[in-house]
Amino acid sequence: MLLFYNFGRYLLFLASMFSKPEKIGIYISRTFNEMVSIGINSLPIVAVIALFSGGVSTIQTSYQLIASWISKTIIGSIVSDTVILEFAPTITCLVLAGKVGSSIASEIGTMKVSEQIDALEVMGINSTGYLALPKIIAGVIMIPMLIIIAMFLGIWGGMMAGVATGILPAESFMEGARSSFKTFNVVFALIKATSFGFIITSISSFQGYYTEGGALEVGRSSTNAVVYSSVMILCADYLIAQLFL
Amino acid sequence: MIEIQNLNKSFGDKDVLRNINATFYPGQVNVVIGASGSGKSVLMKCMVGLVLPDTGKILYKGDDFIDIDYKKKKEIRKQIGMLFQGAALFDSLSVEENVEFPLKMFSDMSREERLERVNFCLQRVKLENANKLFPSEISGGMKKRVGIARSIALNPKYLFCDEPNSGLDPVTARVIDLLLKEITEEYNITTIMNSHDMKTLFDIGDNVTFIYKGDLEFEGTFEDFRNSGSPLIEEFLAASYFQR
Repeated sequence: MLLFYNFGRYLLFLASMFSKPEKIGIYISRTFNEMVSIGINSLPIVAVIALFSGGVSTIQTSYQLIASWISKTIIGSIVSDTVILEFAPTITCLVLAGKVGSSIASEIGTMKVSEQIDALEVMGINSTGYLALPKIIAGVIMIPMLIIIAMFLGIWGGMMAGVATGILPAESFMEGARSSFKTFNVVFALIKATSFGFIITSISSFQGYYTEGGALEVGRSSTNAVVYSSVMILCADYLIAQLFL
Repeated sequence: MIEIQNLNKSFGDKDVLRNINATFYPGQVNVVIGASGSGKSVLMKCMVGLVLPDTGKILYKGDDFIDIDYKKKKEIRKQIGMLFQGAALFDSLSVEENVEFPLKMFSDMSREERLERVNFCLQRVKLENANKLFPSEISGGMKKRVGIARSIALNPKYLFCDEPNSGLDPVTARVIDLLLKEITEEYNITTIMNSHDMKTLFDIGDNVTFIYKGDLEFEGTFEDFRNSGSPLIEEFLAASYFQR
């Protein structure tokens, strides 16, 4: 029952965001600020994850392909497809759920317990629209962009690991990657990234907004935001794969 | 003027407010007094729309704040200023930006006009040269003053203050009290102030609403309050005389 109660509350929370904004310019400016916070500030961690996941993928694929008759170029195909389809969108978003999700939940949660949200409401400002909507829009725009960067860096990382360990030359890796490349895979990954961006920002905002109590509860909301976002990302990952592949 | 009629509010089995009737007048400091947990804050939250009462009416110049449509409610809210117990300043904004915030959201002023108004409000609360500081860099008393400056920025008709001097030293608390009294009279604002501090009532209270465990025990002028003879009020007064 609690699950249905919370899901209903989550839907009402989402619906409450959509009212006529007081000053559209302020909302646009807030959205750009959030785009910097969610997108640009997450770039270093996304780059590190992408490079290493690509590199490890190359080494492990090579380790599993022991038959001498299998062409080495297949490593490039497997690594690039894995990076595009799964590693870049899913692994990156699971990490972003930790970084971005906890930050959003603790920011909004602190505002809630220190009555800053009440202050917005008393002024006649739609607090969910003012606080959460710019974050959700920024997440839905910026997370797919981060994933595109993660795809490039993941494939590059895989290629560099192959070259550095002598598994295969860069040309063979790229030949394999090109041969198996399908535009649909990128579209599929971007559908996933957009959905995950929405999940991370909306669930974290929801968790923060309904924080009651003090500092301890802010920490709890932050943890819940990461846990629920991560679980929902995995569920959505499965559903999207089932629907589109 | 604000009128409360037959207001009831409960949380689960606990009745927090029972059949409250009260009137709050413009140009006067209307003090809602009562012990901690008596229901003062819930009453104030009902009046500003943060908590929905179970039954009753809250009339702003005859308009029932509970029943009116969203648009009208928003209009009334623009006429409300509120000073929260912890000031509730926006942490990410400087003092200047905090005071400017309601002007930015609800007025068509240019940047220069807004800054002029911000500086006027900050001067009015005797807080010059703090424009660029952030809430984390200022004292509790200064935060309260910024909170007052923010709440008067849009020239409100109604000013709600939830325990404005709690957590402050006696000197700063008195300064804040007198400042609120001055502003109330100068701009003919209907000020409603929650307090359990009788000193505030002695210093600036014009009208008194005394709530005891969710029930309205007294409503009237300060003089009538002092001479009411109610044992509960006597107890409050005796404690405050002892403090003084």
